[in-house]
Amino acid sequence: MSPILRLENLRKNYGALAVTDDVSLDIVPGELHAIIGPNGAGKTTLIHQISGSAASDSGRILFEGEDVTALPMHARVKRGLARSFQITSIIPGFTARENVALAVQSREGSSFRFFGDPSREDVLNEGAMHYLAIAGLVERADVIAGQMSHGEKRQLELAIALATKPKLLLLDEPLAGTGHEESERVVQTLLGLKGRYTIVLIEHDMEAVFALADRVSVLVYGRIIATGAPAEVRANEEVRRAYLGEEEIA
Amino acid sequence: MSNLVQTRAVKTAPAPVWMRSNALAFALFLFFAIAPALAQLGAEGYLLSLVMRVMIFAIAAMSLDLILGYGALVSFGHAVFMGFGAYSVGILMSHRITDFFVQLLVALGVSALFALIAGAISLRTKGVYFIMITLAFGQMAYFFMISLGAYGGDDGLTLRMQSQVFGQDLLGHGYTLYYVIFAAMVGVYFLLRMIVGSRFGRVLRGTRENPVRMEAIGFHPYRYQLAAYVIAGTICGLSGFLLANQTEFVAPAFMTWQRSGELIVMVVLGGMGTLHGAIIGAAAFILLEEALYRITEDWKLIFGPMLVLVALFARGGILGFFRRRK
Repeated sequence: MSPILRLENLRKNYGALAVTDDVSLDIVPGELHAIIGPNGAGKTTLIHQISGSAASDSGRILFEGEDVTALPMHARVKRGLARSFQITSIIPGFTARENVALAVQSREGSSFRFFGDPSREDVLNEGAMHYLAIAGLVERADVIAGQMSHGEKRQLELAIALATKPKLLLLDEPLAGTGHEESERVVQTLLGLKGRYTIVLIEHDMEAVFALADRVSVLVYGRIIATGAPAEVRANEEVRRAYLGEEEIA
Repeated sequence: MSNLVQTRAVKTAPAPVWMRSNALAFALFLFFAIAPALAQLGAEGYLLSLVMRVMIFAIAAMSLDLILGYGALVSFGHAVFMGFGAYSVGILMSHRITDFFVQLLVALGVSALFALIAGAISLRTKGVYFIMITLAFGQMAYFFMISLGAYGGDDGLTLRMQSQVFGQDLLGHGYTLYYVIFAAMVGVYFLLRMIVGSRFGRVLRGTRENPVRMEAIGFHPYRYQLAAYVIAGTICGLSGFLLANQTEFVAPAFMTWQRSGELIVMVVLGGMGTLHGAIIGAAAFILLEEALYRITEDWKLIFGPMLVLVALFARGGILGFFRRRK
């Protein structure tokens, strides 16, 4: 199967520090691919490069066979590359429904409409409710997003990303900062999405990673040192060495 | 699921945007509507011109509120559009083109064009740099008008007459000019109210709060900010057109950076991102200026500390102050 996303020799330096060091990776359609690695391995930078919020110094990013390396983030989103952020990024003054409706609006018709009230447009509201339902937030639709709990915000961000109708979801630590019960909910939501979306997941929580991932890549100092099925990666000597003294792999 | 959505939609269906604007705005409009009658009790000519001035600056301040309050774009050159609107009247008049509609069209067109060019360049920058570059465009236009000796240069131009409607001097009759300005203010209010409530307005407000999130759902903030900038500039051009007709005089002083600063003060003083706050701010500014000027020529010595107090203790301006009291 041809990959939906292909990274070719991707590099990114901050000064003398190689944060992304010659990363090549294929993501196949339908898989949930986790990228793990110790702190400072460059996981978030890699997501920034793939999503377009950070430029790459060299290398290429192919999405559905087309070179998107030079495209800005919003253009990549239009092609079906959506992301969530490690630090929750929502529109705090809007309700949950409006947050998601805005994402629906981004792909449904023009936003250069100066008349009419979008809060009365069924296509936007029903679209928003559909994705809020997936994220388990139907009851919270009219709550101002800024007043939601941290876990709810994480769920909301997922709903927003889904509402852009992505072909590939980039999730940057969706469990970051969530309590046990909250993270349980996020994992359940992700399990529900698995197979229906191609997902690249960055996550610290090893338990979650091994429960969710079809394949795992290990990033250490900007390099991918191993890629494979969870069991293979767990057994890999080099991975064990890289993690020694960092944290136990499940 | 869809059932649930529908019952909710019925239950929460809000009134149309243009109706949701609150009672305060209507109270303001009512006051302006009957002000000419009240003015007869006092020095009519003086009071009327004062209220007209308030309404004209309310239009300019509302247009600034669209980009400042709803778009978080601190433009420090907004008075330029007032100047262009006014000079469109002045310059055409000096060439004996006196028609109201021709002048209005030119005023709006020139303002829109300048907003498009200045906005396209300025909006590539952010924050302090955006403030700087809008200030620079403003000063450029200001010195350009000063250098135009044929149109009065530094001294400005005195208009030979007001804009003529179908060859008739309608604006000079009774309260016509007053109610033309009044209608323009009310029209601008509802137009902007509609825009900020629309799909476009939603994108603009979203961008104000979190531009990165907006990009991450596929919006290119620049396009929407530029459109808002052009709308704001055009409407501000309208206020300049009206100002020229009210004062029967135009001068580069209409477009100084101090004037741009005053427009920002009006919006912040009244309450950003509300539209009617801009009307209240314009009224408060101009009336305070008048009142304090009677006490001392150095009225800014009193006005300055008052602004400091507003900034410190009345976040959200006059409107925000009263909202918290409730």
